[in-house]
Amino acid sequence: MTTTTSVATPKVQIRQVGKVFSGAPAGTPAALQDINLSIKDNEFVTLVGASGCGKSTLLRILAGLEHHSSGEVLCSGRAITAPGADRAMVFQHYSLYPWLTVMENIKFSRLLKVGRENLSSSDVEAASGRADALLNLIGLSKVANAYPSQLSGGMQQRVAIARALMGRPQVLLMDEPFGALDAQTREVMHDLILHIHRIEKTTIVFVTHDVDEAIYLGQRVVLMAPRPGRVERILEVPLPARRSQDMKVGAPFRELRAEILASIRESSGMATDFDLLEKLSLQSEAF
Amino acid sequence: MPITAPLTVEPSAGPITARPQVTPVPPAPSIWAIAGRLSRVQYWAFAVLGLLLPLVAWAIVSASGWVDPVFLPGPMTVLERMHLWLMEDDLIADTTISIYRVVAGFALSAALALPLGLLIGAFRPVEALLEPLTDFIRYMPAVAFIPLVMLWFGIEESAKIAIIFIGTFFQMVLMVAENVRLVPTAQIEAAQTMGATRGEIIRLVLLQSAKPAMLDTLRITMGWAWTYLVVAELVASNSGLGYSILKAQRFLKTDTIFAGIILIGVIGLLMDQAFRWLHRRAFPYMHFKR
Repeated sequence: MTTTTSVATPKVQIRQVGKVFSGAPAGTPAALQDINLSIKDNEFVTLVGASGCGKSTLLRILAGLEHHSSGEVLCSGRAITAPGADRAMVFQHYSLYPWLTVMENIKFSRLLKVGRENLSSSDVEAASGRADALLNLIGLSKVANAYPSQLSGGMQQRVAIARALMGRPQVLLMDEPFGALDAQTREVMHDLILHIHRIEKTTIVFVTHDVDEAIYLGQRVVLMAPRPGRVERILEVPLPARRSQDMKVGAPFRELRAEILASIRESSGMATDFDLLEKLSLQSEAF
Repeated sequence: MPITAPLTVEPSAGPITARPQVTPVPPAPSIWAIAGRLSRVQYWAFAVLGLLLPLVAWAIVSASGWVDPVFLPGPMTVLERMHLWLMEDDLIADTTISIYRVVAGFALSAALALPLGLLIGAFRPVEALLEPLTDFIRYMPAVAFIPLVMLWFGIEESAKIAIIFIGTFFQMVLMVAENVRLVPTAQIEAAQTMGATRGEIIRLVLLQSAKPAMLDTLRITMGWAWTYLVVAELVASNSGLGYSILKAQRFLKTDTIFAGIILIGVIGLLMDQAFRWLHRRAFPYMHFKR
């Protein structure tokens, strides 16, 4: 595989990043501590970990929606200080504009540009072409003029993805985007986002608490742990670049899954104590 | 009878000739179920009933002669009075001036409360600066301002408009601010990650997203504007529906009092319906049935 176009400098660089929430009581472990991570251009990285490990906070720092307390975060070599169109984000839900149609939602970032710059008609045409192409990509051409409230949860998330891609962001940030969907829809969305990643050649940083999702989508899985929020390990996913659902039952997938789950269970301190349960139920039987 | 597929029959099952009993279709759930459902027709039937029952009760009580007609005139007397008021007196003029005052006071309120509420909802420092103050003034009874308003504005139209303004503005500001605060954070943050500026977020996200709730706020405060209209007209006026009610009290013309109250109710109901119609027209995406 020729990778002559890929640049040596990483797309995203996170160095020694720490985060302490202001107003947190003294003695609270840092939300993030000494985070180091670099993400290559066109890479698909998933962040996974027990709740409270700071994976969403890290993503929000990348988006510029949250400020880090120490260290530095660079996107294409520039320091991140505020949200910007180069780092579009897809949220878990409620992010679409219910007063706009599907097409108008997708073109929202365009609306911002039109307001600011004097665009020529060819620019506008190119934008329309882009919006149409995205609509096709997510398979929703038929409902271009529907409103979000008329769509299913899965369809709404497709629109949110297309809207985020409209401005050709350098990095696509996804914060548990499929967390509210049912299992079947989620599988379909997984294959869709992998397809989009191939076609659009975007760099994707994807936060999830679902280990299967993290392995199936990621080229690398960043395993995080709480108290303080930190990167426990970074794991290469030993699967071919082109994923398919049947790989989930294969040995490499299952082994990695078992390893990650064990690590999360340990770091969250939430392993089920069967002895204790047994004792408690014996006690309650006495009544 | 040849049985070719006996595999599906359990050995303990009864004779094969016994047909499975058809379970009867369950009846539709009662309309009295908790949080149950009503068809459109049923809904309107109950609504009309709710409006007619008090009317019938009123007619019966007044026709029975239990109550002196001076205290409780019958529905027909009131209707006749309305007709007379319309033909021989200034019903149109009284109604017009009252509507004018309500709309003027209300519009002035809205013109200031909408932008101010938007700013309070959008910017935390503005909220800290103005919300406690507004909360404080809100608790001062608008009626208590009447003597002051009369001192400042006399008994001109501006006095009535001022009272309606005082009665509605402070509530409206707080409600609009709350409407803006209820805009989902994800909508705002999505715009930020698409490169929207603060001005664009206010114009293209906060305002658009909160608009339907703001219209509901206007609809609700419009009702309060009518309350304060009557207060204003009872105290310092020589025209309008509220004034007519007060004048009728002096001459013990109970039928006019009833007519005035009912008219205000009807006008209020019409305005409320107009707001609801506008809501459906302006925000069709909120009224889809899934």
